[in-house]
Amino acid sequence: MKHTLTVLLRNRPGALSRVTGLFSGRCFNIESLCVAETYNPEVSCLTVVTRGEESIIEQIIKQLHKLIDVITVTDVSEGEFVEREMALIRVKAESHTRAEVLRVIDIFRGKVVDVSPTSYAVEITGPESKIKAVIDILRPLGIKEIVRTGKIAMARAPKK
Amino acid sequence: MSKLIGTQAIIKCLQEEGVDLVFGYPGGAVIELYDELCKSSIRHILVRHEQGAVHAADGYSRVSGKTGVAILTSGPGATNGVTAIATAYCDSIPLVVLTGQVPRALIGNDAFQEVDIVGITRPCTKHNYLVNDPKELVNTLREAFYIASSGRPGPVLVDLPKDVMASLVPYPDKKPVSMRTYQPTVKPHARQIEKTCKELVKAKRPVLYVGGGVILSEGSEELTKLARRLNIPVTMTLMGLGGFPGTDPLSLGMLGMHGSYAANMSVAKSDLLIAVGSRFDDRVTGRLDAFAPHAKIIHVDIDPTSISKNVKVDIPIVADCKEALSAINCCLDKATDFKEEDVHAMHQPWVEEVQEWDRKHPLFYSEEADIIKPQYVIEMLNKLTGGEAIITTEVGQNQMWTAQFYKFNHPRRLLTSGGLGTMGYGLPAAIGAQMAYPDATVIDVAGDGSIQMNIQELATAKECGAKVKIAILNNNYLGMVRQWQELFYNRHYASTVMEVTPDFVALAAAYGAVGLRAKTKSEVEPVIKEALATDNTVIMDFAISREEGVFPMVPAGKATTEMLLV
Repeated sequence: MKHTLTVLLRNRPGALSRVTGLFSGRCFNIESLCVAETYNPEVSCLTVVTRGEESIIEQIIKQLHKLIDVITVTDVSEGEFVEREMALIRVKAESHTRAEVLRVIDIFRGKVVDVSPTSYAVEITGPESKIKAVIDILRPLGIKEIVRTGKIAMARAPKK
Repeated sequence: MSKLIGTQAIIKCLQEEGVDLVFGYPGGAVIELYDELCKSSIRHILVRHEQGAVHAADGYSRVSGKTGVAILTSGPGATNGVTAIATAYCDSIPLVVLTGQVPRALIGNDAFQEVDIVGITRPCTKHNYLVNDPKELVNTLREAFYIASSGRPGPVLVDLPKDVMASLVPYPDKKPVSMRTYQPTVKPHARQIEKTCKELVKAKRPVLYVGGGVILSEGSEELTKLARRLNIPVTMTLMGLGGFPGTDPLSLGMLGMHGSYAANMSVAKSDLLIAVGSRFDDRVTGRLDAFAPHAKIIHVDIDPTSISKNVKVDIPIVADCKEALSAINCCLDKATDFKEEDVHAMHQPWVEEVQEWDRKHPLFYSEEADIIKPQYVIEMLNKLTGGEAIITTEVGQNQMWTAQFYKFNHPRRLLTSGGLGTMGYGLPAAIGAQMAYPDATVIDVAGDGSIQMNIQELATAKECGAKVKIAILNNNYLGMVRQWQELFYNRHYASTVMEVTPDFVALAAAYGAVGLRAKTKSEVEPVIKEALATDNTVIMDFAISREEGVFPMVPAGKATTEMLLV
């Protein structure tokens, strides 16, 4: 099962490597990892997507909690949550395909962020499934480079 | 706020924490710290290898319950300490290890004797620090001591750049450390305790399975009270030995790979297993699906990651073992829906069944006319010290024979590398233990292989007056590996024969210690008596029967009921 964990940790040198070292040292899987400062500069937020049986996920959460630099660990995939990922894709754009690329990007509400005579770099944001769909559609047109952020996630607020 | 030079602040912090003894080895990066240290009231024990310093601090901590402190220099000094830090980590021993580091401006430049020790020790410390900001020096040290000794204890390393130690640093007044991100659960959950008590009085075949957590939490008395009042047999892990009196009729001794027949059988047949401060290690459980297959499992541990890691638990209790045991005892005191005598009587047939197993298959070795059996040596040590000595071991057969045949009646008397299994642990740990209790009898039970891993510490022992007694069970083999090769690899003794072994008696003399040798069984007792009466560090070299094995033995990956008995 895939799980998305949100980890708040102290924004200190070495804190991130404690987390990644934990995953590698215990052979836990990391599918994606995304980390940045929160609105509080002393705290970083790390989103990690991992996969494993329930007992493994339980161990991952407990082991993360055990790290002194970790403040909280939340398995957002336990409830309703929103997830986003951004991809920058450089796709071939020659005279006969330039219009087609733009149409595709427009359908997916992407943006062109860099232009050259032979390529566009486009920015796509959305859940993983959308990023995958864009890539699938652009692939025949010729993708030159992809950079993805990895997933970030947030639990939905209670509705009542 | 007062200001001090960094090195002075470090010494003052150590004093504030009640440290009066440290183990270490000087070097360029800590030369100024040593300058200050050796002007202070803190005693410093100079070892001969940094691994020895950390093991000695570990031994000191295990017998005394205090946090051990070691000081190492940067680079190789620090890396030499890593094995010993990992040893302490695996056995949850509170240590603060101070390492020197090159000046901040040189960090990352591949400077002389620079190594990223914080990076290297990240997975084998409870926590570690590089003090980058002189303003943080004092608080960091205070946090280090707090983290090392609270919750599930463990080693904490503080890396100290030379220029930080030379800076003027603020010295804030001491106040209790409180950390938002680190708040161990000490008190047990009341509902879980109630559930536990219900199970305890209901169970027909309960077994207490006790680990090092009981010793670390000083929970032995509460445990003993609980076992005796409800008549529950107790088995201990290697780390738990001494947590319950080994000579008590309810004691089944050690369980697991080299555990007693009665211990392993009782766990296999039990209907309630109460694990206290133990962690279902593979050497204890054997094949997991056959471990306590009929039992409900209650697990008390201060570390939530230990619970349901290897074995699914029915009643988890995250708490300090002593607190939990005391809460269980309290809960039993207050309960009115049963009579304690009835529960005691109800468990009696089970206790008798278990004791019958022990009578049928006691720990056993065959005696031969005048050949020294290693088990006999341990029995003699037990007899001649009245079971009251502090015993350290190395790792391998010597360790298992000690665990089986020395009857530990008190906690903090067996010092052994249980988790990591570090050969070379015993001698420096014995020195540390002797420094904590200068008048105690401290014996390192060693093999001829493992004693050579830190033999240089004989000089330390002599220098600091640690009159430890080293009992070498000498079979000219790396005995435990040889035993596996005998049993599972067609007696192919690949690299386990020690073709050259020093003359340990002469070696002892070379260090100014006393060397004694026993070649026949009749010489064992007089040699031990002489060693115990000698006011010096002593090596006893026992030429034991070479191919003696440790039994019972559960082959790796088998169920613990599938024991090889001889």
